[in-house]
Amino acid sequence: MAEALLLVAPTLLPFLGAALALLLRSRPAAARLASLATIILLALVSAILFIVSLSDAPPPIVFGGWPDGFGISLSATWPGVALVMVTGVIGLAAALYGLDDIGPRRRGAGYDALMLALIGAVNGAFLTDDLFNLYVWFELALVAALGLLTIDRRAAQIDAAIRYAAFAMLAATLILLGVGMTYGLTGTLDMRQAGAALAGQPPGFAVATVAALLLAGFMLKAGLVPFHLWLPASYHTAPTTVVAVFAGLLTKMGFFALLLVFVGLFGVGGPAPRAVQLAPVFGWAAAATMLICAAGALAQTDMRRLLSYHVIAQVGYMMAGLALATEEGVAASVFYMIHSIIVQANLFLGAGLIHRASGSWDLTRTGGMMRRHPVFALLFAVPVLSLAGIPPLSGFWAKLIVLRESLDAGMVWLAGAALLAGMMTIVSMAMFWSDSCWKDARGHARPLPFASLAAMALLSATTVAIGIAPQALWTIARLSAKALGAG
Amino acid sequence: MTVFYAFIGSAVVGCALFMILSRNLVRMLLGFSLLATGANLLLFVAGRIRSQQPPIIEPAAEVLGASADPVIQALILTAIVIGLALTVMLGVLVLRAWRAQATIDARKVDAAEAVGRARPQDPANG
Repeated sequence: MAEALLLVAPTLLPFLGAALALLLRSRPAAARLASLATIILLALVSAILFIVSLSDAPPPIVFGGWPDGFGISLSATWPGVALVMVTGVIGLAAALYGLDDIGPRRRGAGYDALMLALIGAVNGAFLTDDLFNLYVWFELALVAALGLLTIDRRAAQIDAAIRYAAFAMLAATLILLGVGMTYGLTGTLDMRQAGAALAGQPPGFAVATVAALLLAGFMLKAGLVPFHLWLPASYHTAPTTVVAVFAGLLTKMGFFALLLVFVGLFGVGGPAPRAVQLAPVFGWAAAATMLICAAGALAQTDMRRLLSYHVIAQVGYMMAGLALATEEGVAASVFYMIHSIIVQANLFLGAGLIHRASGSWDLTRTGGMMRRHPVFALLFAVPVLSLAGIPPLSGFWAKLIVLRESLDAGMVWLAGAALLAGMMTIVSMAMFWSDSCWKDARGHARPLPFASLAAMALLSATTVAIGIAPQALWTIARLSAKALGAG
Repeated sequence: MTVFYAFIGSAVVGCALFMILSRNLVRMLLGFSLLATGANLLLFVAGRIRSQQPPIIEPAAEVLGASADPVIQALILTAIVIGLALTVMLGVLVLRAWRAQATIDARKVDAAEAVGRARPQDPANG
């Protein structure tokens, strides 16, 4: 019973908290306290689930006591458990940062309930075994994300939300069709059983159609080229805390679903992959995403737009790992995904503090962070250097592993694209750093809130920890690749 | 029969995709509503159309007779609800855009594009 509760808690807790926060909506201070307490509890429970799963994973549970294969089941498998823990860390950082960033007006508009619902939906997607349930969690996350995106009700946010909603609804329909056809082909929605049923079928038109629908749907959600346009057109209008959570979790959730579907269901990276006609698409999408989005970031001067392009460019690296179709390649994707969630969220939090200190989102009008806020500069240097891939931080190891595995798999052109994109990322991050930190300051110095710095410190410390002990995360990534079904 | 349903489903989805490409936001909204309907119709086909017999196991029997798959119909019911929620959400957004800017032309609803447009680097500051 305790084990079952532990498994359900990462989804159940945020929704209970959301209900409570919704009731307390007219009292912003109480809502803030309720959501902060929920997030702290959630982070603790996620960490316990992670530690328990390291030695002995709790058994999967099937809701409603249905026989296996009929009910919706949740299970604590890798990499879901690790991603749930990272989600807890991101949620905690966002809650700390939100203490100052999210005022009573936004809380009155339902910020706390929406944010908790978003986190609950993301956790649900990470733990579910059921394809249709995965689709439902995506939809729930979309509704919460649209609410968060338009929380200030500004015209720019409404416009951004229309763009976001249009792309996401199209993706949802493609996923729904793919899921329905998978059921039609295999007679089950359980991912493991459906994967086993598909393995026995001869390659055919129907399997290829299902794979194409699911690939397009989840690529849209993950923001991969050529479906990347919605992301830089919408993320820059959201409040800092919100966009940090989006950048950390949402695209990675889409990529996680790609891993689940293509490694688990279609056996990419295994001995007998299905739907091999689509294999070249993976590599091309990865290379195009890395190059186009890293170049796109170079053209931007608005911090949020610049970082939005980097969010997708990083998904390109993860896709490169999947495109290798080897067990190590899948492990490299998982490693990259966990590193990237933490770094992207931290970068947006840092950009928010630069905005707070200098009063502008435009890099050309910022400056002086190094002299005026040395503690901030120290904390911010970690994600900046990590994204650029400077040793010994997590980004260096993540890029190194992807490069090594692409060379091992004989895809030299993909490694070349990754290197070129990495070079552009270094240039972009160098410009970002020198503009915001080294350049002369304008205007008066404004103080930075302690809680926001603490939020950045939490994420920076995690990045440094991965950088110092990459072997631990690599072990988890290898476990994940095995659990997903590669090798 | 199945082929007929599949053609109807794909025709509905095709019309919906055409409408989504429209610059008129209300037409896009209706397109998404139609797209959900088309997808549900195609899901219905995936559940096999066999007979009008309800999916109830006969008292003496162990397995379901010649009736359609009930699981896929449960999926369609869920999908209808989700589709409704998303359509309403998009409808609210289009309505707010209309109230804010008095236009439903997608080219003129561009407030987000104006935020944070790239600016040339200031030479005085390096």
